[in-house]
Amino acid sequence: MAALQVGTVEAIKNNQAQLLSEWIQALEASGSTRNLKEQDLQQQAAEFLQLAVAGLEKGNGTSVAAAGWEESRQFLERLSSSRALLGHDSQQTASFIFALKGPLFSLLQRQYQTQPEALAQQLWEVSELFDSFGMHTIRTFQKSREAVIKRQQEELLELSTPVVKLWDGVLALPMIGTLDSQRTQVVMESLLQRIVDTGSEIAIIDITGVPTVDTLVAQHLLKTVTAIRLMGADCIISGVRPQIAQTIVHLGLDLQGVVTKANLADALKLALSRLGVTLSKVG
Amino acid sequence: MERIPILQMGEFLLVTIQVDMHDQLALTLQDDLSELISKTSARGVLIDISALDMVDSFIGRMIGTISGLSRIMDAETMLVGMQPAVAITLVELGMTLPGVSTALNVDRGMKLLRERVAQR
Repeated sequence: MAALQVGTVEAIKNNQAQLLSEWIQALEASGSTRNLKEQDLQQQAAEFLQLAVAGLEKGNGTSVAAAGWEESRQFLERLSSSRALLGHDSQQTASFIFALKGPLFSLLQRQYQTQPEALAQQLWEVSELFDSFGMHTIRTFQKSREAVIKRQQEELLELSTPVVKLWDGVLALPMIGTLDSQRTQVVMESLLQRIVDTGSEIAIIDITGVPTVDTLVAQHLLKTVTAIRLMGADCIISGVRPQIAQTIVHLGLDLQGVVTKANLADALKLALSRLGVTLSKVG
Repeated sequence: MERIPILQMGEFLLVTIQVDMHDQLALTLQDDLSELISKTSARGVLIDISALDMVDSFIGRMIGTISGLSRIMDAETMLVGMQPAVAITLVELGMTLPGVSTALNVDRGMKLLRERVAQR
C-alpha cells in the first residue's frame, strides 16, 4: 500500500483555513455541536487540524497506533473524555472526526482532478487514517463513560449505607435496595467500625427497604449478624414485612437465634429495655 | 521463649494478646492457660484481642478450643475487643465460634463475666 503523496499533504496544509470552516459547517449541520461553545469548537477543530497536518508532514503513515501520532492520540483522548463528561453520546463524539472527511474528500477531488487513479488511492489512504482516528475517539469515549459509571456506582454504594445512632449505645442501619455480596461487605465494614467507634452494644438492621430476601440475602444477613456477635454486640433485625416473612419460611431459611422484629419501633423498644431504659409519658 | 502473660485478678484470669499470634505461641498459651485454670481454680477467663489485627483459621480454632476447655474446667470464657476486620475474616472463614461469649471491651467483658459467675 503506497503512502500518502507529498501533494496530498501539501494540499491539506495549504487549505487549512478552508477545511476548517467547511468542517465547522458540517459539524453544525450534523447537530453534534449541542451545548458546546462555538469558540471552544473552533479552537478544538483548529488544534486537531494542526496536529494532523504536523503528523502527516512527518510521514507517520496511516495507522494511529504508530508512535508518530502520539500527540494527535492524546488530543483525541482529552477531547472524547471531555465530551463524555458533557453527556454527549458516542455518535456526536465520533462525528467530530467523521465530519472532516467530507471537506477533505472534496479538497482531494479538486487536487487530483486529472488523475483518477491517484485520487482513488489517496482517498483510500486518507479515509483509512481518519477512520482509525474516529475509532480511537470512540474507544476512549467508551472508556471515559465506563469510568463515569463506575464512579457513580461507588458513590451510590457509599450513599446507601448510613449508620445512624438512635440512642446512647444503639445503632441503626436502614438497608435500602438489593443486598449483594459487595454491598453487604461495605455495609458490614461500616457498621462494625461504627460499633467500635461508638462502643454501642446493640445494632438494629432495618430491612424495610430490601425488596426481596432470598437464600443469598439471608446468608449475607446472617454473616453480618455473626460478625456483630463476635465483636461483642447484639443485633436485632427489624422491618420484616409479611411477604418477606412468608418467603423466609417458604425457603426454609433458618435465622438461627437472630432476634427479628416487625418494625423499627419494636426493635428500639426492645433495645431500650435491654439497656434498662424506661420511657414514660409526662402527665 | 516468647510467651503470652496470663494475669490473675481475683477469681479471674486475664489474657491480653498484644503480639502477632503464631501457631506455636497459640499452643503454648493453650497449655499455660489450662495449667493455670486448674492451679488457681479460676471461675472466669477474659481474653482481650483488641490488639490483634490479623487471624487465620488456626488462631480462630484456638480461641474456640480455649473456650471449650475452660468451660469443661468450670471457668467462663469471655472474648473481648475483636476488631471489625478480624470479625469479618472469621465469619468469611466460616468460624462463628458458637458458645463463645463476647463483649465490646474489657470493662463490659468483666462486668458480664461477674454476672455470669454470680449466676452459677
